[in-house]
Amino acid sequence: MQGFLDRLMAQGYFAGVPAEVVYAIGMVGFGLVVVLGFILTVAGVTTFVERRVWARIQSRVGPNRVGPQGILQWLADGIKLVMKEDVVPHDADPRLFRLAPYVVTMGFVATFVVIPFTGQLVIADMNVGILYLTAVTALVVVGILMAGWGSNNKWSLIGGIRSAAQIVSYEIPAGLSIFPVVLLTGTLSMQGTIQAQGWAPYHWFVFNSPFTFAAFFILFISILAEGNRTPFDLPEAETELVAGFVTEYSGVRYLMFFLVEWGNLYVIGALMTTLYLGGWQIPPVTSNAVVQNVLQFLTFFLKSYFWVLVAMWIRATLPRVRVDQLMTTCWKYLVPIAFLNLIGQAVWIVLFPDGSRLAQALMTLLGFGIIGYFFYRVVFHLRRARPQMQFSPLS
Amino acid sequence: MRKSSYIGNIVSTATTVFEGLAVTFSHFVRKPFTVQYPDRTDLRVQDTLPFRYRGILEVDLEICTGCLACERACPIDCIVIDAKKDPQTKAMLLTRFDIDLAKCMYCGLCSEPCPTGSIHHTPEFEGADYSLESLVRRFVQEPVVAYKPKKGAEDDPEILPLLERGLRYVDEFATPESKKAGAAAES
Repeated sequence: MQGFLDRLMAQGYFAGVPAEVVYAIGMVGFGLVVVLGFILTVAGVTTFVERRVWARIQSRVGPNRVGPQGILQWLADGIKLVMKEDVVPHDADPRLFRLAPYVVTMGFVATFVVIPFTGQLVIADMNVGILYLTAVTALVVVGILMAGWGSNNKWSLIGGIRSAAQIVSYEIPAGLSIFPVVLLTGTLSMQGTIQAQGWAPYHWFVFNSPFTFAAFFILFISILAEGNRTPFDLPEAETELVAGFVTEYSGVRYLMFFLVEWGNLYVIGALMTTLYLGGWQIPPVTSNAVVQNVLQFLTFFLKSYFWVLVAMWIRATLPRVRVDQLMTTCWKYLVPIAFLNLIGQAVWIVLFPDGSRLAQALMTLLGFGIIGYFFYRVVFHLRRARPQMQFSPLS
Repeated sequence: MRKSSYIGNIVSTATTVFEGLAVTFSHFVRKPFTVQYPDRTDLRVQDTLPFRYRGILEVDLEICTGCLACERACPIDCIVIDAKKDPQTKAMLLTRFDIDLAKCMYCGLCSEPCPTGSIHHTPEFEGADYSLESLVRRFVQEPVVAYKPKKGAEDDPEILPLLERGLRYVDEFATPESKKAGAAAES
């Protein structure tokens, strides 16, 4: 961002204005564009896409009436929620109750400071980017606890406590699965991590060694749990807790919780893409800076959004786990395996300081083999069920 | 926990989740079953319903004999018929034939005794309206002469299709299986 502004100033724009003022205005302006133009849109459209994806998986059609194919459904839902009365329960703690959604939203929006859009376009490429991301994500826990406690409602409180326990537990395997990448790159910067990878799949860190391959899946499971997504959406388990910590919320505050829930999906995807899937790296096809940036943005966005779709698909597939199963999965399985992974990756780096070509090729083959076998099974199920087919996602 | 069951748990989790994801993924290319009633169906839903569907009642006054069998059969008296003999022509005059659909419970008992199948259910089911009064279907606008079955075959080309439809309706709807077999043997 700073480089971009420097270039503009060198070309004679903003003459006579102190550089710091230009930086500040540039930062705030770009931040506003990101928040209003990108985060809100992505989170909103994701609600619509999620409903359509579930619908197709459940042999339904989903919302398709508002606008062409229902694409404006999220605006209609948003406007409806904004116009609702903002109810504060009589016995609630009004300050905590009112503040909680802002804290949650802040913890979510602040992640976009380090999430890159293209090679040049990022709000701030901090040298502690990944650490910062895990740290501000933990702010969501505070907000959720505030919401649970402030509502003065048993369901909300249980939901809030569950969420806190869950997020704090799953931070550990998530952190331990980020470290193998940090060991490989020697940097915590998001851009640095991406620059250490290449555009080809065998240069991605997921296929770097057997340990990063395992860490990739552990990281995905863990951050699904951190984002309170099915199969780990215990804090909002409808069957047990009504709606968990959002039970007492209405109107805009409710909207903010849901903005965070769906926006977090994109953050999950962006984190996976940055750490393991090569980020915005594209083949060297053009030297035009604008075209390059557009292509990089599309690459990064599509890779990230693919994981959003995977999260939706998992939500439509797997049932919710029990609390004890949740904790068993984390402490008995993910944490020990993630520790072994970390040690294994450290040993691997000692053995192969420049990475092993053979291992990269084998892991890439394994990855594509799994995908191939997956589609073989899909075709098997389709052959067996002999359904009426419809390949178009439209209805 | 034994070592084998620990690894077994991991393997079974991975394989079952994999298989479940394959099943749900296959649904992406399956055709949805949703019928988008009322405006995005290939056919009107009413046209897809079977002949014997018990929807809103309708009366073909052209073939109503004025026998009052339906009025007597109705368990909740939602059918009201006024029929009287015209003193000059000695013919049966129908002056009123009202069915209160707000009361009707779609039991079908009225259409069973009807000799000509004049009163019958239609596949129409969209009866929503703004007042109870508008749900009363008044079939007689001005007094009409009731239908009198002719000796021999019906020859009026306007009445014949109605009568054929009505008799088919009675045959399918109200005639028990045992009698139907006999009727088929006679004809």
